[in-house]
Amino acid sequence: MADTIEIRWHGRGGQGAKTAALLVADAAIATGKLAQAFPEYGPERMGAPVKAFNRISGQEIRVHCAVEHPSIVLVLDETLVDSVNVLEGLPENGTIIINTEKKPEEYRQKLNFPGNIFTVDASGIALKNIGLNKPNTPMLGALVKATGILDYEKMLADTAHKLQKKFKNKPEVIEGNVKAIKDAYEEVSK
Amino acid sequence: MPVKTEVKQLVAAKTGNEAMAEAMRQIDPDVVAAYPITPATEIAQIFSSFVADGQVNTEMVTVESEHSALSACVGSAAAGARAMTATAAQGLMLMAEIMPIAAALRLPIVMPEVNRAISGPINIHCDHSDTMFCRDAGWIQIFSENTQEAYDNVLQAVRIAEHAKVRLPALVTTDGFIISHAMETIKILPDDEAKAFIGAYKANYSVLDAAHPITVGSIDLQNYYFEHRLPMINALKEAKAVIKQVGREFGEKYGRPYDLLEKYRMDDAETAIVCLGSTAGTAKDVVDALRDEGQKAGLLKIRVFRPFPVEDIAAVLAGLKAVAVLDRSDSLNGYGGPVFTEVCSALFNSIQKPKIVNYIYGLGGRDIDLHMLKSVYDRLASIKDGQDLGTIVDYLGARK
Amino acid sequence: MTTMLDEKKYTANLPASELPEGGVWTEAGSSLMRKTGDWKVEQPVWDKAKCISCFTCWAYCPDSCMQIENGRMAGIDLEHCKGCGICANVCPPKVSAIKMEKAR
Repeated sequence: MADTIEIRWHGRGGQGAKTAALLVADAAIATGKLAQAFPEYGPERMGAPVKAFNRISGQEIRVHCAVEHPSIVLVLDETLVDSVNVLEGLPENGTIIINTEKKPEEYRQKLNFPGNIFTVDASGIALKNIGLNKPNTPMLGALVKATGILDYEKMLADTAHKLQKKFKNKPEVIEGNVKAIKDAYEEVSK
Repeated sequence: MPVKTEVKQLVAAKTGNEAMAEAMRQIDPDVVAAYPITPATEIAQIFSSFVADGQVNTEMVTVESEHSALSACVGSAAAGARAMTATAAQGLMLMAEIMPIAAALRLPIVMPEVNRAISGPINIHCDHSDTMFCRDAGWIQIFSENTQEAYDNVLQAVRIAEHAKVRLPALVTTDGFIISHAMETIKILPDDEAKAFIGAYKANYSVLDAAHPITVGSIDLQNYYFEHRLPMINALKEAKAVIKQVGREFGEKYGRPYDLLEKYRMDDAETAIVCLGSTAGTAKDVVDALRDEGQKAGLLKIRVFRPFPVEDIAAVLAGLKAVAVLDRSDSLNGYGGPVFTEVCSALFNSIQKPKIVNYIYGLGGRDIDLHMLKSVYDRLASIKDGQDLGTIVDYLGARK
Repeated sequence: MTTMLDEKKYTANLPASELPEGGVWTEAGSSLMRKTGDWKVEQPVWDKAKCISCFTCWAYCPDSCMQIENGRMAGIDLEHCKGCGICANVCPPKVSAIKMEKAR
């Protein structure tokens, strides 16, 4: 388990935290790694705080319990920072990536967290490219830029492929999402 | 140990439900009749897209209840069709009336089933109460640890259920959400290989064969009911050897062997946890950590709960010092869980036997983590070294 | 073709090992050996002259006792009729071709 990367996603039902976790696992597996993605066991309710998890490893992943000590946390909705302990279990050298217009420094004070803080306006990027506040795919771009856990080009290709299956009659959705990932990759700041 | 295999398998990212639907696509059953229920809905939903896209030749019957779903499967299977359905929890309980009929008529219906707590209180999360509720229905019950096993087990279940010595319906379960909605890395057989493995199905009889009319489901009174139940009882006994043989063949061909049980680091073990389903994976990591500390801990995963592997369990556990049976349901018998009582009865006639305790855990989706499992092994270590057994049946992770 | 049930087999108490799988009956004709006609307290009496061969009784009879020949009602199989009286009940009132009487 030592080389397993554990990730926790915080979002609100409908924002796509679970889908983002599935896309990360899918991309990890497509790049030759072994991975898990799972929601906080349950049906997502629109607007309710939800969690999703990833494990990525070079070896077989056998555990089937919730992630306790993630090394990476992603927050899809910054209002959750006030209501949920997004830092729970995150070690001091861990990484948190927040969807916000604010600069990382503002969150460093607010969270009192010494580790890596990244921010990206994933909602703004999603609205511009997809026309909807669906910050989950841009967060993929931010995640890969901030942590380097996946090969960027391969992740882009796999995500586009996965979206092609889901939206085969809506090519504009695929293009928008790919552009959103690219923008977030460029814009995420530390 | 995985053996070298020449069959090129596709590595894919699939959730448990996707994996089971994928196996169904390859099986291409004649009839699928199903009704949606969380967390099993996706199985039939994904499969219905295969039907709509013309990827299978299945007659998909959308019914008004699970009772009707299984009834439609029974009817079509009695007509000689390879029939499948999928469900969970309350849906399985609504099928309960029809389940023993499918078994008694010796119809090899295969049902992916997602373990979910039964009401009440209403809950949609994982435990094994639903499957255990139907444990005496004459169905084979296979539990899956992860998405790979979910896929492999559905394919094998078809072979097992349809085997001439078995001819019984089979349930293949995954743990609700923990596996059903978890994406994992799995290997998928090529379509032609999967089809070749399950083979063609030739029913023993068909109610639609007008040239050979038959009566199915007639009444039996005191003078024949017993004799008609005996062959079904015997078929469940015969099924054990068939399940082993099919699991062995699957291993030889595709590198993933299966048995009634999975023994993990049991060879020189002094203590062991016995459990079913996804918890086994988590427990393996705990066993490895304990072994690194020099503790002789092992794990016994019961893959097949029906038929119950009495002989194999007794052989594996008899020489141990202390065992904890983990039940993800309570049998409400005023004592303990169903796996516990059956494991105890399997060992009753052994000359040597371990001390055994029972933990009911994870009801309604309560998480079971590494620390909880470690605490069970710690207790076994103290029991092993002579401490009193104490509470025999306990509740792991519950606020008492 | 339909295989007819052997009377010896019908009356024997066969062991489980000799029974067909799933309790299926592969042979026909057990009712020929199971005469239920002597169960009845009342029996139907059919008046051929009044009968219009509408076959309502034929459709309703739970024991398939209404006998038809050349497209016309021909009689009632009293060896199997249990005397339930449904036939008399469904016979159209204007026709009234079946009456229930004390069984003989």
